[in-house]
Amino acid sequence: MSTDIKLSNAQIAWRAAQDIQDGAYVNLGIGFPEMVAKFQPEGRQAIFHTENGVLNFGEAPAAGTEDWDLINAGKKAITLRPGAAFFHHADSFAMVRGGHLDVAILGAYQVAQNGDLANWSTGAGGVPAVGGAMDLVHGAKRVAVITEHVTKKGEPKLLSACTLPLTGVGCVTRVYTSLAVIDIEGGHFVLREKLPSITFDDLQALTGAPLHTDGDVADLIVPEL
Amino acid sequence: MDKTISTPAEAVAAIPDGASVMIGGFGGSGAPLELIKALIDRFKATGSPKNLTVINNNTGNGKVGLAAMIELGMVAKMICSFPRSADPRAFTEAYLAGKIELELVPQGTLAERIRAGGAGIPAFFTPTSYGTDLANGKPTAEFDGRMYVQERWLKADFALVKAELGDALGNLTYRKAARNFGPVMCTAAARTIVQVSKIVECGSIDPEVVVTPGIFVNGVVEVANPAQEEALNRAEESWV
Repeated sequence: MSTDIKLSNAQIAWRAAQDIQDGAYVNLGIGFPEMVAKFQPEGRQAIFHTENGVLNFGEAPAAGTEDWDLINAGKKAITLRPGAAFFHHADSFAMVRGGHLDVAILGAYQVAQNGDLANWSTGAGGVPAVGGAMDLVHGAKRVAVITEHVTKKGEPKLLSACTLPLTGVGCVTRVYTSLAVIDIEGGHFVLREKLPSITFDDLQALTGAPLHTDGDVADLIVPEL
Repeated sequence: MDKTISTPAEAVAAIPDGASVMIGGFGGSGAPLELIKALIDRFKATGSPKNLTVINNNTGNGKVGLAAMIELGMVAKMICSFPRSADPRAFTEAYLAGKIELELVPQGTLAERIRAGGAGIPAFFTPTSYGTDLANGKPTAEFDGRMYVQERWLKADFALVKAELGDALGNLTYRKAARNFGPVMCTAAARTIVQVSKIVECGSIDPEVVVTPGIFVNGVVEVANPAQEEALNRAEESWV
């Protein structure tokens, strides 16, 4: 089964950004999740944390004005917002593991209905690399995932159990996909929002574990971006 | 007391074959490139030091810094969290050829193991990696209904760190996000050597802003206008 209509990465990031409150302390994973910062609603300003030791960083600097002592976890040059702070790595991960972050938003290879996350290894050999992913999934008060609903081959990424090496057990509480917004509660996927153009049955067919409902399922409405 | 050393070469002269060496930096930010270059120059001239165990968040980028140490065969083992970069060839080729050992550690666990090493705490429990392949073989325990993994401290024979200002007593300040692993690594090595952009008079660093107190530092060498790894790589420099 294929779906012709789905959200772009920017639209998934936009939807995730709508749930971030003003003043929230937020860590965005390297790559796709970094886009979430661009879509904060008017009037709200989150404070972004990067594992290498900066709170309250802002946009990338103009090309040619980079300061390579001022980078994010993805090793990209950043700028500072007023009220920024520097700190060493042990303090940075005290912020993470100590439960001081409000939200972490990460990418995923697979998410299981019990909240298990696999996002660090495809198990395919080569050089393994983990970075801060295993710390982040146990640190933030809320761990959300943004992802395509299915793999490039059309296989479900939301599963009854992960088959790839785990990043963390029982850590994810909400998944924003290219088709739906799904909470993880009591060991189940609970469908909160779906694109109006896809039926529940079609969505279920693209999901590797039962979708539960708890009251109305809202339409997932996202602007053109 | 005067902990100042005149040259990077002198600063790294005592590092022997087989030593464990913490090297500060997160990617290029905070990498003590002139101390690394001095080690490489010594290796090229004398064949030593080799068989090093290096502790760093990464494994270098391009053909300078830590990547050059690996490509030259100076490093027997890496303890790191993320052995990838824009140009990871040096480590990737050595690893896939079986020429270098890798101990992969989650980034926060790496920082905390180093902090524990410096603080005299031999082990601690963290939720990080519980239930994953990286916890295989490690003791676990439940505290207040949640499962945790026991991790050991991490110490080293030497730490090579980059800071911004230093005085003769070893008090240090850092520059922006280049601070990263510097303060914890300074505490966890038997001998900590720091390159600073400027050595200043004792008393001129306000005690309120000292980040690393000099008790954790054994040697300070001035390297004005230190190189940045990103700039060297963009210029396609090679130290190999």
